[in-house]
Amino acid sequence: MSSPGTGTAELVEFEQSRTPLQRVQGVLHKYPYLSPLIVLVVAVIIFYLLNDRFLLPQNISFITQQTVVVGTLAIAQTLVILTAGIDLSIGAATTLAQMTMANLAVFVTASNVLPIAGQNPYLAILLGIGVGVLTGVLNGFLIVRLNLPPFIVTLGTLSVFTALTLILFKARTIQAPEMPEVMKWLGNTFEIGEFKLMYGVVLMLLMYVIFGYILKNTAWGLHVYAVGDDPNAAQLSGISTKRVIFSVYVVSGLIIGIAGWLTIGRVGSASPNPDPLLNLDTITAVVIGGTSLFGGRGTLLGTLIGAFIITVVQNGLSLAGLDQAYRVLAIGVLVIVAVAVDQWIRKVKA
Amino acid sequence: MTTTTGTTTPVLQGRNLVKTFGRVVGLDGANLELYPGEVLAVVGDNGAGKSTLIKCFSGAHTPDSGEMQLNGQRINFTSTHEAREHGVETVFQTLAVSPALDIASNLYLGREVRKAGFVGKVFRTLDKKGMRQDSAQHLRDLGISTLQNITQAVETLSGGQRQAVAVARAAAFGSQVIILDEPTAALGVNESARVLQMIQDLRDRGLSVILISHNMPQVFEVADRIHVARLGKRAAVVTPQTASMNDVVAIMTGAMTVPDHEQQLTPVN
Ligand SMILES: Nc1ncnc2c1ncn2[C@@H]1O[C@H](COP(=O)(O)OP(=O)(O)OP(=O)(O)O)[C@@H](O)[C@H]1O
Ligand SMILES: [Mg+2]
Repeated sequence: MSSPGTGTAELVEFEQSRTPLQRVQGVLHKYPYLSPLIVLVVAVIIFYLLNDRFLLPQNISFITQQTVVVGTLAIAQTLVILTAGIDLSIGAATTLAQMTMANLAVFVTASNVLPIAGQNPYLAILLGIGVGVLTGVLNGFLIVRLNLPPFIVTLGTLSVFTALTLILFKARTIQAPEMPEVMKWLGNTFEIGEFKLMYGVVLMLLMYVIFGYILKNTAWGLHVYAVGDDPNAAQLSGISTKRVIFSVYVVSGLIIGIAGWLTIGRVGSASPNPDPLLNLDTITAVVIGGTSLFGGRGTLLGTLIGAFIITVVQNGLSLAGLDQAYRVLAIGVLVIVAVAVDQWIRKVKA
Repeated sequence: MTTTTGTTTPVLQGRNLVKTFGRVVGLDGANLELYPGEVLAVVGDNGAGKSTLIKCFSGAHTPDSGEMQLNGQRINFTSTHEAREHGVETVFQTLAVSPALDIASNLYLGREVRKAGFVGKVFRTLDKKGMRQDSAQHLRDLGISTLQNITQAVETLSGGQRQAVAVARAAAFGSQVIILDEPTAALGVNESARVLQMIQDLRDRGLSVILISHNMPQVFEVADRIHVARLGKRAAVVTPQTASMNDVVAIMTGAMTVPDHEQQLTPVN
């Protein structure tokens, strides 16, 4: 490469010497969010053909609202999976953060054990987010300090967080009327034309932009990829892999805390029983979105598309009058296809 | 080139280094001296402890016991990052490149450069353009002409190209010592010659180089002194002028031994 100009020319020549299939492989390798994007577009077209109400503004608004919790948590899950980890406790941690928030915000009742409850809803939100961060600190500590596999650690903390929620908050749902308004603020909507956008959706998109920027343009972001890609190489390159992995779980705890607040806004109330599909849906969004479970490869844009695929399929099937079992079936097939495509893309060679 | 002790302080020195991995003994009281501006070749059979020895100086291993010095100062690197900050760069046998990252990101991995001014300070934005330009320059300096694009992921490169990236990284940033663990193992004839030329250029710039290699003609071509490792120890230090390849092989395999006090000099026949 004698100058940047000739370098590009050589590259073009080099691309042309490959078969069409290899070229597709190369493009998917470079832009891993392309395959989920194609799936999303195809799904939207099919569901529109099945029922043209699918693309009505209120239905699109509804889809965005249905995506907001999974979509936000999927950011945290992406960060973790990029380091070749996994977070099975994400749903339970969100519920713990959300219940802490809700119980701190409402006035003391017989079943509410928290002494400073009902003082200040803003403080409640902050403390709830803090609990989210603490769940990340605990996961990160166990994984990095005790050198335990993320799968096992988060399987354990899944039970711990669930139990803590039930022990501390006595299985009591905080109903919408008793919840201070600010707690539900993210659930409010504003109108753009005929679309009703939820503040929570705006927050989610903002977080995608911020974390997308961080992953792509900061040293920390690069290190997250490097650590997941080849931890030994990263360590020998002077990166403190333990510090990076720990920080990823802490940051993901922060996102979990925010997602707790979002959940209250979306649902209006706070229930100690998490959505049983939430954990798997976040992982599904990440995997369908083209992020490799082996770490080091993937984009947040892909994850956002993946999260939308889940709700689009769910929503489209019910509009088409089909049973939700088809949703489960479709998602299952998509996950397997996504992993197979990832394996294939990984084989790309010059 | 001085081959005597006492007159010059070694850049790197190791005394009685011991490193065990569970029951496996990697280093069993190894010594090493690297003098300013010299190329020291380290040769030995597979498993002789060459990689383990240099990893102690690279900050990748912490020896169980023994003492290490850099320019007469005791060192105890706990990470490769620390060694790099002291000007000691290493091309590891495993290359230690990150496959999914592009060439430029790999060159600057762990020492990324941020944009100047507000954007870099507040948003910690990396100066990708600058790093790419500099990376391209470093590769050109090394005469690597077969790389198509600096933004190519390293996993799309051939084994030799990856090795070139790792070598370019060390050459670009090393300011005192450059350690190369079998840097030409996957390289073609031309690329190997380039690396050997680069080693000589680095020496001319005043740097000290440790070269691990199984390629005897190469070793005899570039080395000022040859450190022969055997069974986790140093078996001898010879010079290309005073010993033949057969001598070196004989020491490597234990057919010839050199007493401790004469390890700085030529082997006795
Ligand atoms: N991380 C490790 N864990 C366990 N044993 C190790 C490790 N690194 C090295 N060893 C052992 O230490 C000994 C020396 O290994 P080392 O890699 O230093 O040899 P070498 O001289 O570099 O060999 P080669 O020429 O094959 O690269 C070997 O017996 C090896 O099995
Ligand atoms: Mg070795």
